[in-house]
Amino acid sequence: MSRDFDQRRRRFLTTTATVVGGGGLVAAAVPFLTSLQPSARARIASGPVDVDISDLRKGGARRTVKWRGRPVVVLYRTPEMIGELRENDPQLRDPKSLKAQQPEFARNEYRSLRPEYLVLLAQCTHFGCVPIYLAAGAEHNLGEDWNGGFYCPCHRSRFDLAGRVYKGVPAQLNLEVPLYRFSGEQKLIIGEEAV
Amino acid sequence: MDKRLSAPLRFLGWLDDRIPVSRFWHDHMACYYAPKNFNFWYYFGSLALFMLVLQIVTGIWLAMNYKPSAEFAFASVEYIMRDVDWGWLLRYMHSTGASFFFIVIYLHMFRALLYGSYREPRELLWTIGMLSYLVLMAEAFFGYLLPWGQMSYWGAKVIISVFSVLPWGDELATLMRGDYLISDATLNRFFALHVIALPLLLGILVGAHLMALHHVGSNNPDGLEIKRRKDAQGRPLDSVPFHPYYTVKDIFGLSVFLFIFFAIVFFAPDLGGYFLEHNNFVAADPLKTPDTIAPVWYFTPFYSILRAIPHKLGGVIAMGAAVMLFFLLPWLDRGRVRSIRYRGPIFRGALAAFAFSFVALGVLGTLHTDRPWYNYTLRTLTAVYFAFFLLMPIYSRYDRELPEPERLR
Repeated sequence: MSRDFDQRRRRFLTTTATVVGGGGLVAAAVPFLTSLQPSARARIASGPVDVDISDLRKGGARRTVKWRGRPVVVLYRTPEMIGELRENDPQLRDPKSLKAQQPEFARNEYRSLRPEYLVLLAQCTHFGCVPIYLAAGAEHNLGEDWNGGFYCPCHRSRFDLAGRVYKGVPAQLNLEVPLYRFSGEQKLIIGEEAV
Repeated sequence: MDKRLSAPLRFLGWLDDRIPVSRFWHDHMACYYAPKNFNFWYYFGSLALFMLVLQIVTGIWLAMNYKPSAEFAFASVEYIMRDVDWGWLLRYMHSTGASFFFIVIYLHMFRALLYGSYREPRELLWTIGMLSYLVLMAEAFFGYLLPWGQMSYWGAKVIISVFSVLPWGDELATLMRGDYLISDATLNRFFALHVIALPLLLGILVGAHLMALHHVGSNNPDGLEIKRRKDAQGRPLDSVPFHPYYTVKDIFGLSVFLFIFFAIVFFAPDLGGYFLEHNNFVAADPLKTPDTIAPVWYFTPFYSILRAIPHKLGGVIAMGAAVMLFFLLPWLDRGRVRSIRYRGPIFRGALAAFAFSFVALGVLGTLHTDRPWYNYTLRTLTAVYFAFFLLMPIYSRYDRELPEPERLR
C-alpha cells in the first residue's frame, strides 16, 4: 500500500471531523440532560403562593403555608417583640445577616419587608427539620433569657424571632427568607419579588 | 513497569495485566481483517447496532416519566410530549427509531439474501440473527401497547387472539393477558417485558451474533472466502483491518443516516400515519374498535398473508410459516456460488420476485379495501412468497451459474 499520502491534509481532515463530531455529541447530550430538569408541571407547582394575612394581628399569630412542597411560616410580631431583637445580638452567630440567607430587601435588623411580618422558610439550616415556634412566655427549658423564637426538635438548634441562629447550636446559618411581596394590606405573595 | 512509558500507557499496561483490553481491541478492531470490498449494503449491520443503542438510551429516558398503568399511561405519554423539556424529541426518537430499526434490519437481511451470507459456515450467524429479529418483533409489539391508545389496545387484542387458535388457545390468551381482557395487568407485564426481559435477551443475542461473525469472518459482495488466500503473516490477501477502514466508513454511513433519520423525527414523526397511527392519539376504549385498523407497516407483509388465507387456523399457520421459513434458508439453498453476482438467471429472478412480493404484501397490508382484485392479488403474492422458499432446493440446484473469480474484484 502506498505511504506517500499528504500528512497535513490527513491531520486537517481528522481534526475537523473530530471537532464537528464532538460538537454533535455535545448537542445530542443537551436534550437528554435538560429533560432531567423539573418539568413544566413541576415548575407550575413551584409557582407563587398567596397567603391571607388579614387575621394575623396579634403578637405570635402565625400561619404556615406550603410553597414548593416546603413549609413557609408567616409570623406577626408586636413592636415590643421587634424591640427585643437587639438584645439577642451578642448571643447570635450572624446578627447582621451578612450571609446570603435572605433577599436584599430583608437584609435589615428585623429581616423582613415590613417589620411586623416575618416570613421564613421553616426548614432548619442544619439537617432540614421543621423548627417549632416557642414564645418567650411558653413552657420551655431554654433558659431565663429566651426572648422567644424557633427551636428545632431534631438537634436542638435555636433561632430568634427574626430567624437568626444562636451560637453554640449545630445549625450554622440563619433561617432562610424566601422571596415575597405584599399585595395590599390583606395579602402576601410568596415566591415573587416586588417589581 | 517501564518508567519510560507515558502515564496513560502505563495505566493501560496495568489494565491489560488484569483484563484483556488491548487484546480485545486488537482481535476485534485493529487486527480484525475484513474483506476489502464492502459496499453500500454493509452499512446496515453497524446501523442496526446504533439503532439498538439509541432505542435503549431513549427508552431509559422515557421510562423516567412513563407510568405503566391503564389509568395514567396515556396521560403520562402526553405529559412527556408537553411538559417534560425535550420530551417530544425523546418520544419521537424512540417511535421513529422503532420504524427505522425495522428498515435497517430488513435491508440488513436483504443483503444476506443478495450475497448468500447465510451459507455455510454462517448458518448459525444467520440463525442467531433471525432469533434477534423474532425478539425485535416481540419487543415492538409489547412496546406498541404502552402508549395505551386505540391502536395499542386493539392491536394487542387482535394479536393475542391469534394465539387463541392454538390448542388450549383461550387459556393461553388469558395467561398472556393476566386477565380476561386487555387490562392494567396486561399493560404492566408488557412494560416489564418491553423494558427489561426482551432488551436483555436482544443484547445477549446481538453479542452472540457478533461473536459468531468474528469467528467465521464476514462474507462479502463477491461471496468468496477470503481466508483461502493469505500472506506470509497469515492475513487474508484481500482484506483490510476493520479499524480504521470500516470504522471510518461506518461513521460516514451513520452521519448520512442521521440526516435522514432526524429529517423524519423533526418534520414528519408520524409519517402520515405510517410510523405513528392516527388512531393511537386517542386513548384506549375497550367498547369501541376504530373504523380502520391495521398493524404498523413493519408487520404488514405478514398481516397480508394472514388476510390472504380464507381460513382462521390456516391463516395463522401461513403467517407463522412466512417468518419461520427464513430460518431454513441455509439448508434450502443448494447453489454452488453465494453471491448474486455469479448466480444464474433463475435465482436472480426468484429473488427479485420474492423482494417484490414482500414489499407489495407490505403496501397492500396498509390499504383498506375489499375489492375482489385485492384478495386475488394477496393470494398470488403469497404464493410467490412461499414458492421462493419451498422451490429453492430445486431451482438453486439447476440454475446456470457464472464462474467465480479467484480473487475479490
